[in-house]
Amino acid sequence: MMDFALSSEQLDLRAGLTALFADHSTPARVRAAEPLGFDPALWAVLGGFGFPHLAGSRDGAPARLADLAVAAQDAGACLASAPLVETLVATRLLDRLGAAAGDDLVTFSPRPAVAGVARTVPWAAVADRVIACDGDRILIAGPGHDVERPKQTLAGLAIGHADLTGATVLAEGPAAVSAFAEARADWQVLTAAALAGVAAAGLHLGVEYAKTRHQFGQPIGAFQALAHQLADAAALVDGAQLLVQEAAWAGDTGSPRRHGLAAMAAAFAGRAARQATDRGLHAHGGYGYTLEYDIQLYFRRAKALSLLSGGESAAVDAVVALALADTDSDSDHDTGRR
Amino acid sequence: MDFELSAAQLRFRDEVRQFLAGLPPQTSAAVHDTGTLHSWDVHRAMAERGWLKAAWPVEQGGQGRDPFEMATLNEEFARAGIPIEGWLIAELVAKTLQIVGTQQQRHEVIPAILGGEILLCLGYSEPDSGSDVAAARTRATRDGDGWVIDGQKMFTTMAHEASYVFLLARTNPDVPKHRGLTMFLVPLDADGVQVRPVHTLGGERTNATFYDRVRVPDSARVGEVDGGWDVMMVALAFERQPAAAGHLLHLLGRALDWARTAGPDGPAPIERPEVRACLARAYTDLEVSRLMGYRMTWLTSRDVLPHTEGSLAKLFSSEALMRASASLVDVVGADALLTGHGTGAPADGWIEHEFRHSVVTTIYAGTSEIQRGIIAERHLGLPRATARRAGS
Ligand SMILES: Cc1cc2nc3c(=O)[nH]c(=O)nc-3n(C[C@H](O)[C@H](O)[C@H](O)COP(=O)(O)OP(=O)(O)OC[C@H]3O[C@@H](n4cnc5c(N)ncnc54)[C@H](O)[C@@H]3O)c2cc1C
Repeated sequence: MMDFALSSEQLDLRAGLTALFADHSTPARVRAAEPLGFDPALWAVLGGFGFPHLAGSRDGAPARLADLAVAAQDAGACLASAPLVETLVATRLLDRLGAAAGDDLVTFSPRPAVAGVARTVPWAAVADRVIACDGDRILIAGPGHDVERPKQTLAGLAIGHADLTGATVLAEGPAAVSAFAEARADWQVLTAAALAGVAAAGLHLGVEYAKTRHQFGQPIGAFQALAHQLADAAALVDGAQLLVQEAAWAGDTGSPRRHGLAAMAAAFAGRAARQATDRGLHAHGGYGYTLEYDIQLYFRRAKALSLLSGGESAAVDAVVALALADTDSDSDHDTGRR
Repeated sequence: MDFELSAAQLRFRDEVRQFLAGLPPQTSAAVHDTGTLHSWDVHRAMAERGWLKAAWPVEQGGQGRDPFEMATLNEEFARAGIPIEGWLIAELVAKTLQIVGTQQQRHEVIPAILGGEILLCLGYSEPDSGSDVAAARTRATRDGDGWVIDGQKMFTTMAHEASYVFLLARTNPDVPKHRGLTMFLVPLDADGVQVRPVHTLGGERTNATFYDRVRVPDSARVGEVDGGWDVMMVALAFERQPAAAGHLLHLLGRALDWARTAGPDGPAPIERPEVRACLARAYTDLEVSRLMGYRMTWLTSRDVLPHTEGSLAKLFSSEALMRASASLVDVVGADALLTGHGTGAPADGWIEHEFRHSVVTTIYAGTSEIQRGIIAERHLGLPRATARRAGS
């Protein structure tokens, strides 16, 4: 039976994290963590909260992706300078492969390695170990592996290029390919959740500014030309949140639609985040373009996370496959368009 | 959180699918080609199955179907491309009468609607008032025990098939516009009523209706005198989920069929990257539209009135439908110039048809600008838009 309500566990988690981030991930802290984008003190507090181990299974039951998505969304909304999504994905993957997760920082490369190097991996610049897929093998590199740390990046995220030479093989063959596909879907869902958080918060900044900034003797939010752009963005933000919830549910229930929905959620949440932060910035006028206002942080993060996920073009094949599979399973019931 | 229909809901959906699969081939094209998005044959077959009163409680002769079952019924008809506008409009008036109607209206009109004998139409819009519907000028004047109605309504869809018009009339011009309106149920065969067809870009017929000294008894009144706006609010709350999601579902079914079929001079269009990109984006927008629609259903199932959720769904899904059909005709290319059903046009003409039809979904039932205004004010809490008048 369809139900769009958050569970009481999810509401508790949200309340706990909202309080935690309000203390430990203020805009000042986010700025202080730049340019690398990693805030070790915040990461320590999140460790105390149970991250990333709470992504592991308990009494044989895997943690719910839907719960992790709540956390990722909250982290996205405050631009947390911490490797939440990738460490959760790595923990789940290690758990699935029956490998023990330690207390070190293990990140996950959402894209396969090329020529033995996992490029542009979020948090690789600060991680102890990096999990990446190379052909039909899942490898784990580190500690002590070679990492190239780019001098400058668009939005922090401690990006690094990890050399996989000498990495340990965690799995290989078809089992590795399917385990990586599951992990990648998890990553897409949680990144989509983070993007939905960025989108909602970026829109909120624009809306609040539009309520208080006056021009021509009235709040600028009373100008339809501006208000209607924010309303369009609100519909995208709302849609992104719904799609993230559905994709997470599909992951948790093992629905055959889960991979298509994960790709879809990442692409759509990226669209929503870019649009919401772009319009949110535009509502600030010239001030939005200055580094003093926080909206630019959201603008950059929205673009960075969508670039990592590959944007809408990366989702095309998975979404078309989903569309065809849905259509075939619906016409098994002989609906026939009349 | 759960995104699956229950077993009972799925059973009902399969029942509806079976019914649709049993309709004669080309039913969809044939009904669309009449321009009237209603088929009496389909309507009577639905009545036979008790579906016209499926949402009604069992004690009142209905089937006690839950909001999700009703939503899947709508969705399956949409998927199959079978228009049921006639029923949807009539049902929403029936639900409204059930709450605000007189004893007589409830006992005479509702059973005729639910039995599939009559249709109704909505007489809200006028030549000079559409978005600003409360500015209606059609007058209802006291005349002894009854009323005399004078004026004109515009876009009175289904009036040429309907028995009554649910008509919003001005009864008091001396009070603020929302407080001087009264709702009536006016028989369309009354003396002085005229119905003239208005043809549209999407092929569907609507009407202009004229009221020249039309006399109705006071028993035709629905709700209080000058309480028409309150009645409107009840009726608006019953407006179904945005239709655009259903049209998008139908469009994508047709488009996927087209894309998978190899053409006379080349591989299946789905091999082309621009076709795949277009389908992927449209299918994503469809998923979001359906989620927004199902969230409204879920709220209804919990007796919560969807509020700005309805505006978000209407705005997003209708704009998505326009985007999808416009970009699909683009990838079909020059062949999309061939139109019509059963004429050899690509996708049997449905992509081109939706390109024209989709336009109206951003206009009726509150234009996109009206929805954005609602979202801006009530969802985002932005200040009410102020019109800057010339010279001020
Ligand atoms: C095919 C069809 C079927 C219909 N069926 C019915 C029916 O059965 N019964 C019925 O009563 N009506 C029906 N309608 C009427 C429909 O509800 C109106 O067309 C709609 O409400 C818009 O009103 P309007 O056409 O007068 O446009 P207007 O209200 O004049 O709008 C013109 C333009 O101005 C914009 N605009 C208006 N107000 C604002 C504002 N405050 N801020 C910003 N922009 C604004 C609109 O968005 C629109 O783009 C139907 C219409 C169509 C086309």
